[in-house]
Amino acid sequence: MPRTKIRLHTLGRIARMAFRHRTRMSVTIAFAVVAGAFQLWIPQLLGAAVDSSFTFFQRGASIEEAQSVLLLSAALLFGASVAHGVFTMLHNYHAEAVGQFIGYELRLAIYEKVQRLSFSYHDAMHSGDLITRGMLDIEGVRLFVNTGIVRLIVLSVLVGAGSWLMISTEPVLGLVALSFVPIVGWRAIVMRLRLRKSWHGLQRRLSVLTRIMEENLGGIRVVRSFGSQDYEMSKFDRTSNRAFNLTRHRIGVRVRNATFMSFAYFISMGLVLTVGGAMVLDGSITVGRLTEFLAYLTILQMPVRQMGLLVNSIARATTSGERLFDVLDREPEIHDKPGAPALKLKKGVLTFDSVGFAYEGQDEKEHTLTDISFEVAPGQTLGLVGPPGAGKSTIAHLIPRFYDVSSGSIRIDGQDIRDVTLVSLRRAVSVIQQDSFIFTSRLENNLAYGNPWVDRDHIEWASETAQLHSYIEQLPKGYRTLVGERGVSLSGGQKQRLAIARMLVLQSPIMVFDDSTAAIDAATEQRIRQGLASIAHKHATVVIAHRLSSLMHADEILFIDGGRIIERGTHQSLLRDGGRYAALYALQTNPDEDEAVDAKVFSRDGGLNV
Amino acid sequence: MSNQYQPEQEKFYGEHEGEHPPLAVVGSQTNRDERIFGEVFDGHVIRRFIGFVAPYRRQLVWSIVAVLAFTLTQLSVPLVIRYTVDEALVDTGAGTTALAIIGLVFFGLISLNYLANYMQEWLSNNVAQHVLFDLRRAMFAHLQKISLSFMDKTEVGRMMSRLQGDVNALQNFLESSIFVIGDLVLLFGIIFVLLTMNLRLGLMTVGIVPLLFLVRILWLPRARKAFIRARETQSSVNGALAEGINGVRTIQEMAREDVNFMLFRDKARDNLAAHLTASKYSQVMVPIVETLTGIAMAIVVFFGGTEVLSGTLELGVMVAFLFYIQRFFAPIRSVTMQYSIMQRAMAAGQRIFEVMDVPIDVDDRDGALDLKEIDGSIEFEHMTFGYEPDRPILNDISFRVNSGETVALVGPTGSGKTSLTAIAHRFYDVWEGSVKIGGHDVRDLTQATLGRNIAMVLQDPFLFTGTILENLRYHKHDASFEQVRQATEAVGAHEFIVRLPDGYYTKVEQGGGNLSVGQRQLISFARALVADAPILVLDEATANIDSYTERIIQKALSVLLENRTGMVIAHRLSTIRGADRIVVLQDGRIVETGSHDALIEKRGLYARLYSMNYASFDDIPEDLVQAALDSSQRT
Repeated sequence: MPRTKIRLHTLGRIARMAFRHRTRMSVTIAFAVVAGAFQLWIPQLLGAAVDSSFTFFQRGASIEEAQSVLLLSAALLFGASVAHGVFTMLHNYHAEAVGQFIGYELRLAIYEKVQRLSFSYHDAMHSGDLITRGMLDIEGVRLFVNTGIVRLIVLSVLVGAGSWLMISTEPVLGLVALSFVPIVGWRAIVMRLRLRKSWHGLQRRLSVLTRIMEENLGGIRVVRSFGSQDYEMSKFDRTSNRAFNLTRHRIGVRVRNATFMSFAYFISMGLVLTVGGAMVLDGSITVGRLTEFLAYLTILQMPVRQMGLLVNSIARATTSGERLFDVLDREPEIHDKPGAPALKLKKGVLTFDSVGFAYEGQDEKEHTLTDISFEVAPGQTLGLVGPPGAGKSTIAHLIPRFYDVSSGSIRIDGQDIRDVTLVSLRRAVSVIQQDSFIFTSRLENNLAYGNPWVDRDHIEWASETAQLHSYIEQLPKGYRTLVGERGVSLSGGQKQRLAIARMLVLQSPIMVFDDSTAAIDAATEQRIRQGLASIAHKHATVVIAHRLSSLMHADEILFIDGGRIIERGTHQSLLRDGGRYAALYALQTNPDEDEAVDAKVFSRDGGLNV
Repeated sequence: MSNQYQPEQEKFYGEHEGEHPPLAVVGSQTNRDERIFGEVFDGHVIRRFIGFVAPYRRQLVWSIVAVLAFTLTQLSVPLVIRYTVDEALVDTGAGTTALAIIGLVFFGLISLNYLANYMQEWLSNNVAQHVLFDLRRAMFAHLQKISLSFMDKTEVGRMMSRLQGDVNALQNFLESSIFVIGDLVLLFGIIFVLLTMNLRLGLMTVGIVPLLFLVRILWLPRARKAFIRARETQSSVNGALAEGINGVRTIQEMAREDVNFMLFRDKARDNLAAHLTASKYSQVMVPIVETLTGIAMAIVVFFGGTEVLSGTLELGVMVAFLFYIQRFFAPIRSVTMQYSIMQRAMAAGQRIFEVMDVPIDVDDRDGALDLKEIDGSIEFEHMTFGYEPDRPILNDISFRVNSGETVALVGPTGSGKTSLTAIAHRFYDVWEGSVKIGGHDVRDLTQATLGRNIAMVLQDPFLFTGTILENLRYHKHDASFEQVRQATEAVGAHEFIVRLPDGYYTKVEQGGGNLSVGQRQLISFARALVADAPILVLDEATANIDSYTERIIQKALSVLLENRTGMVIAHRLSTIRGADRIVVLQDGRIVETGSHDALIEKRGLYARLYSMNYASFDDIPEDLVQAALDSSQRT
């Protein structure tokens, strides 16, 4: 069964991580053994104390003589208890520390990995799922290390050494006392198997429930406008009931097994009491020895009760570990070549040389991009236009190597971007997306996101150029205003201006505007463009836009459709050619003349081609 | 600072290697608003809780019975040992028979223990889960009815953390509180048994209990601080992780990985340190409890043993004492632990009931009319409305949209257009005047009637996870495939849908991520057409759509409005000109109404905006709008 192998492998890997903290783990184990030894000594002391009270009583020995023996027993008991407590504290603490260190290491590793994994990974992975892995799954592994592993050790010490002590002193009674151990072990395995089976199911149902609630709240206006509250409730109930039934089933499994384990334990105790009692009667053991055995059993009660928890924590750690290692074992598809040098910027000329691109799993025919070639030098602007899904944004994503080209090459100052380090490349290229992420933080922190050492003048210059400065100035806290999810909410246009300003701070030699002014009104955009003109000579600029006024000033305009360049030229030459670009221009400037334009604007069959 | 400031490209990274940047943070900076611990006992929360537990009264009573039975059997085990020693083993004579009887009694006891254990675990866990699921459902159901003005102000994320996190935080409380009864009974039971078995020895050992309480009382406030700190750093580090995941594209784009990692590591280190401190606090109790147990055992062995020697104490009693002491401290520990569990539960409960206590302002009144079909007229009569008291958004609005007519609402941002459409659907109740649909005041109709008769197309075409077909049928689950296809063909969505990998059965990803904005818009049009309501309220999408999609949407719009009453928030001139009548709003008042031609002739605000020759009113720069407003106010 290969699955079991993987699971054992996962647990083994977690254990290896734990044992990498060699000193702490050795200390933990050593202290656990010492604590266990003291704990196991206590029943013997108790038994001896009972025997001495009893036998002295029967023998009618002098009180003083007996008392000194009792005093010694009492002192030893006290000492053993204190020692047991101290060593338990120490091994618990060190085990917990190991767990915390592993949690810390995993957290850093996950964070680091997630930040480096390529776009293609994040495209396919739900962000909520990743967050769950980074929060709950790390907890699952950590808890297993700091409670699971220790419990396992303590349990084996107590059961192992305890059995040896009991069986070596009184084989029959010892076996009777331990008769519950195999039963508990067997139930634990059964329970683990049953709980494991339903775990994934429950997780799935709960995540569906989360999604239903999230979408309901996110789309509450749609729900209200269609009056669909009842439908939404029925959707909720269906999933919620399913999750509830499964939860009930799991409670049943847990309760049945856990209570049975405890019953088995008490049966053993009853047998010790009667069999041991009979042995006392026929004189083969003393009352003290019987007390000792019963006290051993009392010590074993806690581990038996915790068996359920232990099984749970093992099951959780296995699934959690698998999910974590699945992320950690991935290598970013896009990474530096070994020994790659940094990009050497001379002028900052961007060249596309017959670039072709297909997303993972796409076949030859539906290539997103085919044979794209162009060159942009500093001071020049390239405009990209075309219907949605034509591949314009893909071109933008290829420049900073968010994805790698499938054929052809992209060069900056003659260097293939795959041959230089990612960091140097991405500092040379700025892409401003239509939907950029605003961090919940101060405006100044957002503006300085790419260069957190930048000075205030620089920030203000960038936000001024992006037409954001006057808005920020009138906020009560100015540049220290909190924005983002929990802060002041910005309009779509303001967000885009923030994204532009954030990029301007970086002054990258190559700037790509990926439809990044769609929500900004035409006049403001005009002003931003004027501001940019003063620094334009330093940058090679690529502009992607639907609104032709955003790019008609470009030195070259490429009309892209179906991933190919259909037309290219300047605004004037393209208008003269009277092709698709000219038709689009006509559409945007004269919205009222419909039908005649339509035929030209829509390429193939009037549908929306994506 | 001048506009000409042109900074040179800085080589900032090389010289700042490993330093803390002044303007960088990771993770949200405002996590302090959610309290983790509340009062131990919050009357209001408890009262509301009782309401949710009440339906499971019987199970609850039985589980308490089971807990008591379980505790009593636990309590009697050392007693059985005592009698074994004293009656069967020491008083030799009737040894074997006594032993047999004791064996039977013990077996009876543990069978009862098994049964009680099974019952208490099963019932208490079940009740806990029932209450949790009920609470979540009640909260969700309440959110379906709460007025939108509350929902507008609340983030989905925060609401979700109440529905999930806070409800789950109660789980621990619900599962453990019944057992507290058992723990208390066990504690007092042991004390009682010890004192009755032997008063002197009992007093000596029980005397240790207050000592432990004292230690715990001293320990608790400090430990709590450490625990709270551990939780805070935990949530801060998790917040930073979530941010790193959600913003990963921007982070890679700006090559912030190294700086972020450094900042994240600091947070993770804080968290590690806080947890290690917390763990020290929780572990330090272990040797204290063990020491006290050791003292108690030593007392029993020495003083008890001496009494046994002198014949004043039975040996069995001494043995029983030793066994009781072993279980003495566990209940004290769980009872004091319950303190923190209660506090957390109260804080979570407070947040949950805060939401559930939000009053429902818009609700069907008794005897509201439930009409299948109504005539599609809309009428506003001297209607005034606002979101906050004393700040009306709409003032004395009166106009009528006749059945089959299309009215375009036009006006600058903030003039109240969106509020007007929301009121027609009774998302909010008006302050004064009335809104009538098909001649009935909306407050006299059931909300279901309004839902059936008014289809809304919102600016943001929200789609649900599921297939495209399911989304199209969202309002009318029994619509035939033929009906759906007719709708998609009419709005021009059919072509792109059939070209998707699974056609109508293509799954819409979270947030409609696998469809373009334009495609989502068309699906939402088709969804409204499938609903086939006599009234259509539409908020035309503004920017963000390319000219191609725009074109198809324009055509779809006219299909959609055919034979229907339409109230359209219009941005595109072509839409506005296609309307039968135009209502021009400004600052919450109607300034002009009439047909396009009539309004042009009137030379008011509309004519001025129109004359600026923009394809969309939203393209007009704010200052020009302001100028137009100023000049129309002067005339």
